[in-house]
Amino acid sequence: MSDVNTTMEHTHSEADHHAHEAHHENFFTKYLFTMDHKMIAKQFLITGIFWAIIGAFFSVVFRMQLGFPNADLGWLTPVMGRWLTPDGTLDPNFYNALITMHGTLLIFFVLTAGLSGTFANFLIPLQIGARDMASPLMNMLSYWFFFLASVIMFASLFVPDGPAQGGWTAYPPLSYLQGQGMTLWLLSLTFFVASTVLGGLNYITTILNMRTKGMSMFKMPLTIWALFFTAVIGLLSFPVLVAGFILLIFDRSLGTSFYLSDLVVNGQFLDKGTGSPILYEHLFWFLGHPEVYIVILPAMGIVSEVLSVNSKKPVFGYRAMVFSILAITILSFLVWAHHMFVSGLNPFVGSIFVLFTLLIAVPSAIKVFNWIATIWRGNVRLNPQTMYAIGFVSMFISGGLTGIFLGNSTIDIQMHDTYFVVAHFHIVMGVAAFLGMFAGVYHWFPKMFGRYMNRSLAYMHFWVTLIGAYLIFWPMHYLGMAGVPRRYYSFDAFDAFSQFAGMNAFISIVAIIVFAFQLLWVANFFYSIFKGRKVQESNPWGATTLEWTTPIKPGHGNWTGEIPEVYRWPYDYNKNGHEFIPQTVPMEEGELEHEETPEPEKVS
Amino acid sequence: MTTLLIILVIVLVLIVLLQIALTSDFINFIKGDDDEEGKSKFQGTMLMVFLILGFVSLIWSVFYFKGRFLPAPASEHGHLIDMNFDLALLFTGIVFVVTQILLFYFAYKFRYRKKRKAYYFPENNKLEVAWTIIPAIVLTFLIVKGLNSWYAITADAPEDKIVFEATGRQFAWVLRYPGVDGELGTLAGRDKVSPTNELGIDWNDPSSKDDFLANDIVLPVGKPVEVKIEAMDVLHSFFLPQFRVKMDAVPGITTRFWFVPTITTAEMREKLGDPEFNFELACAELCGRGHSSMRKVVTIVTPEEYEKWVQEQTPYSQLVGAYEQKSQRQTAENANNTTVQNPEIN
Repeated sequence: MSDVNTTMEHTHSEADHHAHEAHHENFFTKYLFTMDHKMIAKQFLITGIFWAIIGAFFSVVFRMQLGFPNADLGWLTPVMGRWLTPDGTLDPNFYNALITMHGTLLIFFVLTAGLSGTFANFLIPLQIGARDMASPLMNMLSYWFFFLASVIMFASLFVPDGPAQGGWTAYPPLSYLQGQGMTLWLLSLTFFVASTVLGGLNYITTILNMRTKGMSMFKMPLTIWALFFTAVIGLLSFPVLVAGFILLIFDRSLGTSFYLSDLVVNGQFLDKGTGSPILYEHLFWFLGHPEVYIVILPAMGIVSEVLSVNSKKPVFGYRAMVFSILAITILSFLVWAHHMFVSGLNPFVGSIFVLFTLLIAVPSAIKVFNWIATIWRGNVRLNPQTMYAIGFVSMFISGGLTGIFLGNSTIDIQMHDTYFVVAHFHIVMGVAAFLGMFAGVYHWFPKMFGRYMNRSLAYMHFWVTLIGAYLIFWPMHYLGMAGVPRRYYSFDAFDAFSQFAGMNAFISIVAIIVFAFQLLWVANFFYSIFKGRKVQESNPWGATTLEWTTPIKPGHGNWTGEIPEVYRWPYDYNKNGHEFIPQTVPMEEGELEHEETPEPEKVS
Repeated sequence: MTTLLIILVIVLVLIVLLQIALTSDFINFIKGDDDEEGKSKFQGTMLMVFLILGFVSLIWSVFYFKGRFLPAPASEHGHLIDMNFDLALLFTGIVFVVTQILLFYFAYKFRYRKKRKAYYFPENNKLEVAWTIIPAIVLTFLIVKGLNSWYAITADAPEDKIVFEATGRQFAWVLRYPGVDGELGTLAGRDKVSPTNELGIDWNDPSSKDDFLANDIVLPVGKPVEVKIEAMDVLHSFFLPQFRVKMDAVPGITTRFWFVPTITTAEMREKLGDPEFNFELACAELCGRGHSSMRKVVTIVTPEEYEKWVQEQTPYSQLVGAYEQKSQRQTAENANNTTVQNPEIN
């Protein structure tokens, strides 16, 4: 009797202890050094938004230069300072710094950390039924390494000779010849990779080990599949990037010459032996190409989920979707040299990469067809997240198809390093990934903050972004076909390139408008956190996945009672007359799993 | 001042939009009816309008840019590249039109209605197989066509080629021609570079003697030309847009690209009705501050004019007095050698 009593007391006091802890979180443990995956996700998201504003602002400034080369930017002096010449025009070195930082910030800090970091942290434990990540401490460190990388990158904006100016690819010897800005850039990205690797390890471990009872791999939502493979890609490719960076740091600081051969710079001979910058190109693109899938896969996962939930129809070809993500993951490591067709690479080696590059279009095409089949005969609520998702698919089609031109080495001879490439990757991994992210933020905002984002604002923002993105990037294809090279400060010197001045001015005006509307989104985001309409029901979109079985504002640990058990796949929408059947509802007797659904002809 | 006004207007417009949106959502909330059907109908209609206007603008843009994008190729292999481009455009164009129409039309057609039931249709293997195999076949076709052209373009240049050298440096191209003997002199190494030997030419190689540096590229029409591409400091890229020629200039290694110009500058001027027209050489790999100023004019002439032009040039060795200097320097070097070597012998 007394034994039972002590045990009960013990359990009681333990539960009390937990509650006690939850109540006495102070500001630092709750918002800053938090180990709650949901809060860490919000930290990634808000840091990402900060960098997105800066990165996008940089693009507006260099678009001013390209659209209105003689405009007086003197009024920007308080912000830009030395970056402007005394007569108010942009200094060419700082133009190069702007394009470099725009690329670095958006690719790494926004679309990798801001997108993967946010949704992997937020969704993995919630959707697989875990109380937190496998290692909450490592998860916290992952954010703080990212924060450190951010601080260093931000500091590099203020060094006397300006931030890195070698393009986001930082090819040596140009990057070898640069000053402190480049040193900080390399340092910052090294910490960034540490963050990604810590995060990635955690995501993979959590998904493999911490799924709730009944949640077999093939009962996971596609968001989790996408985030899983994203983490795998990151874990395998980011270390190679760091290896490349470390050799570059050695070349810059310790006098080695992995990437350098005998050079003559400004008439000065540099005795560097016979290293080769091609080595750097290989190391860089071994990450650089998988990186675009790191950016796009989470968005694909989000879009699959959003389209299915809001069409109230199972995602079409669930297994095909999973296997196409797997195929993309494997192929993504075999295509990197398509960035190097005209780098002096052996043409035969180039041809192997043509083969794999064009092959990767097959799984991508499967995904597109499956998304279209998902909304076919659905009951599609055209709420903002669905609109963003449809925008994503449209952008992914447009940008993906131009990849077929660039992946063909023959066509790439003309298109390489022109605005055709700029148009291609901005549409397919820039705008598309952003639309995926907007869809995700709108869809899971109620779970993140217990409030809704403003719907009318979201619609306005969606339309301006979609139309604006097409108006900005579509004409760039034509410029690229004509040969207009990217990363040019000015086109004045060339007859063939300066003829597009009018088009460049048009693109710049649209870019400014689109930028302004992104600020509207930011305003909506922060306004809604504090003043948005409160969520009243625990499952506002009528979804089947586990995150909607938690309380409206889940605490650390996510579920107040037991973690629910899972009985079915996540896409039972409009099955047997039910609009949606949550994963936690047991299978009825005789109910067939989705794999065994009869062919549609026989259904009627 | 105007800029300030523009910014002010943009900010005001944003604030107005913000207010409208907030009020409209608030009114919906007060009225308590969330007109899902109406909203979906409006947005679905917008999607259709966007689809139609998008295709109209697409067609318009093709006419607007007509003749300016992908200008007619001025080299033999340029036609191969453009043939591949057109093939890719044909297939991707079909896919683009069909998928975009289906996407937007389905979103409009199957938009939310209170009474509609979605159709439980989780998978269909026949469909999956079909849309795996069809793209695979089309892509195989594009790969085969592309690689055929790729091997033809990157094959070794014919024996009777004309070779010239383009060296990228911050921020200009240095162009070296082989002179009357048709042979480029070898380079002795970048450590030999000096104000009187810009490229570090090996003066001991007899074929260096008649090499000359040119301000602009001059080439004969209809003859295979191989450009030997070098870089002195950072990466550059040798890019002739109208000839569909692009190859990186990489410090430490020599890259090559060969092509056959098919039209002279004079013919091109006549064709375009533009007496000012010039073919151009550009740099296509970010190389620093002056990246966008690395321009050279490319002039294509008849073979006779080309021969005449080559004859008229002054060899670089003569300009910098390499051989007068060399004899002096050699005497000095010999003297040095004796002084250095003697202690070793002793």
